[in-house]
Amino acid sequence: MSDQEVMITMKDVNKWYGDFHVLKDVNLNIKKGEKVVICGPSGSGKSTTIRCLNHLEKFQKGSININGTELIEDVKVVRHIRSQVGMVFQHFNLFPHLSVLENLLIAPTWVHKKPRKEAIETAMYYLERVKIAEQAHKYPNQLSGGQQQRVAIARCLCINPEIMLFDEPTSALDPEMVSEVLDVMVELADEGITMICVTHEMGFAKKVADRVVFMDAGQVIEENEPNEFFDNPQSDRLKLFLEQILSH
Amino acid sequence: MATYTMKEAKPAPTANKGVVFWLRENLFPDVKNTLLTLAGLYILYAIIPPLLDWMIFNATWTGTKEEVVNSGARWIFIVEKFDQFMYGFYPEALHWRPNLVGILSIALIFGFKYISSVKLKIATIILFPIICFVLISGGWFGLEVVETEKWGGLMLTILVAAVGIVASFPIGVVLALGRQSNMPILRTLCIGFIEFVRGVPLITILFMASVLLPLFFHDGIEFNKLLRALIGITLFQAAYIAEVIRGGLQAIPKGQYEASEALGLTYWQGMILIILPQALKISIPNLVGSFISLFKDTTLVLIIGLFDILAMVTLTNSDTNWLGYEVEGYVFVTLIYWVCCFSMSQYSKSIERKFNTEH
Repeated sequence: MSDQEVMITMKDVNKWYGDFHVLKDVNLNIKKGEKVVICGPSGSGKSTTIRCLNHLEKFQKGSININGTELIEDVKVVRHIRSQVGMVFQHFNLFPHLSVLENLLIAPTWVHKKPRKEAIETAMYYLERVKIAEQAHKYPNQLSGGQQQRVAIARCLCINPEIMLFDEPTSALDPEMVSEVLDVMVELADEGITMICVTHEMGFAKKVADRVVFMDAGQVIEENEPNEFFDNPQSDRLKLFLEQILSH
Repeated sequence: MATYTMKEAKPAPTANKGVVFWLRENLFPDVKNTLLTLAGLYILYAIIPPLLDWMIFNATWTGTKEEVVNSGARWIFIVEKFDQFMYGFYPEALHWRPNLVGILSIALIFGFKYISSVKLKIATIILFPIICFVLISGGWFGLEVVETEKWGGLMLTILVAAVGIVASFPIGVVLALGRQSNMPILRTLCIGFIEFVRGVPLITILFMASVLLPLFFHDGIEFNKLLRALIGITLFQAAYIAEVIRGGLQAIPKGQYEASEALGLTYWQGMILIILPQALKISIPNLVGSFISLFKDTTLVLIIGLFDILAMVTLTNSDTNWLGYEVEGYVFVTLIYWVCCFSMSQYSKSIERKFNTEH
């Protein structure tokens, strides 16, 4: 990386659900423009980790710093951070009562207070980018899963985020729709936005990631650049995991 | 090599169409159903013709009561007392005022969707009740004052129901949100209110409103009887609305809350723009059901001495010139209630269709 500016710092982050220790001393440093893929077996805490970054989940110990702002439980701070962080969900979470275009206008007009006309221009630009502009006036339920997820990505881009979080963006899709979403994500990655992606798409990880992080049982077990990560895994748990997901 | 050729679409079989087929399939498919069909037809035959005879063919529509010769319904009673059924004791010369309010209300119900700007919509919602109140009660713009004691009949029924519905709705929404709140005191207060009100009959609340409310205010403040009833009904209805909306809120997937939070919307923005529109849409059938029961429950105000349409029937029947006309009166009131409630349920269906985005 030429640009060494730090974007995200997670330091000894711990989280419990009741007595269950979900995150155990998670440390992550992510530089501006870096693409990080987090993988691991289900229940390993990968989704929880990225959901802590925009405060959808609270953590009990440790600290998170996003683009120079310490994440504390304060309404204003949380909103400031969320205005820079876009999140794409496994189940899209588009607003079904609003048209595609209205879905894209909500945050720019209400959170970022942009004039509606300007917001529409931006929205149409991003819909064009995810190749779905002709569907702008349809409702989400009229679209296929892949189209909905592309709309969800465009909705995040409309707030012009510094960081994009992807929480298993292709897991709920029919197999033939996975690639249309991944294509959009690859294009985004080329533009230098900071991306953190929880996914099982190892092809995507190899192609796009600057770094792959392996989590298991709430801990970061291993992190490395993709080639080393896949070809030369260090820990037994990662070896086992890679065998399981790459064997078929 | 196998080749694929597309098969032409065949026409549907012809034997299962037509009136005879429909009759055989639906009314006379086997012995048991045939018997049931015949029994049903007999019951209809036994009820409908005499009812029509009484209501229409043998009924008396005009003339004076001394001239009645037919054995059917004597609708002349309704014609004679029509004004009282509609307006209670509202002065006859001023009937145009409630009439105008009625016309304005209908215009609003059907015309509201054509108002394009949001600001104008909000202004209408705020101004409309004030205009209605001024028109009916008078006192401004040279309009003669009509005391609430004179209000009555269908006018009062609709007024009580309308105020109950319109005023209880926002309170119900706030109570429903409060019940889901993270703040323990607020949540406890909301749950306490809702559960208390739901555990008490409306009639008790009306008695309390009419007897207890004045105790809370200093002497000398004369608290209007109608206003007391309206407050009681509004609070009662709000508790039910809150529970209906809570059902809607719980049906909204967690992802919708998360997405609106993740986009940076505040609590109220998320609620008003994302969650409530969806929750209310789901709740429409139950909300209207609740409004319809309220419309029918308003008749309980006669207990505290207000004369709604049902009370007017009872009252006009004690007119010594018109004794023995209860049946006509109650049938008429039944029809009025049915027309009002059926219209509400049809209106709700049209709203449901309008908000349906699951094409």
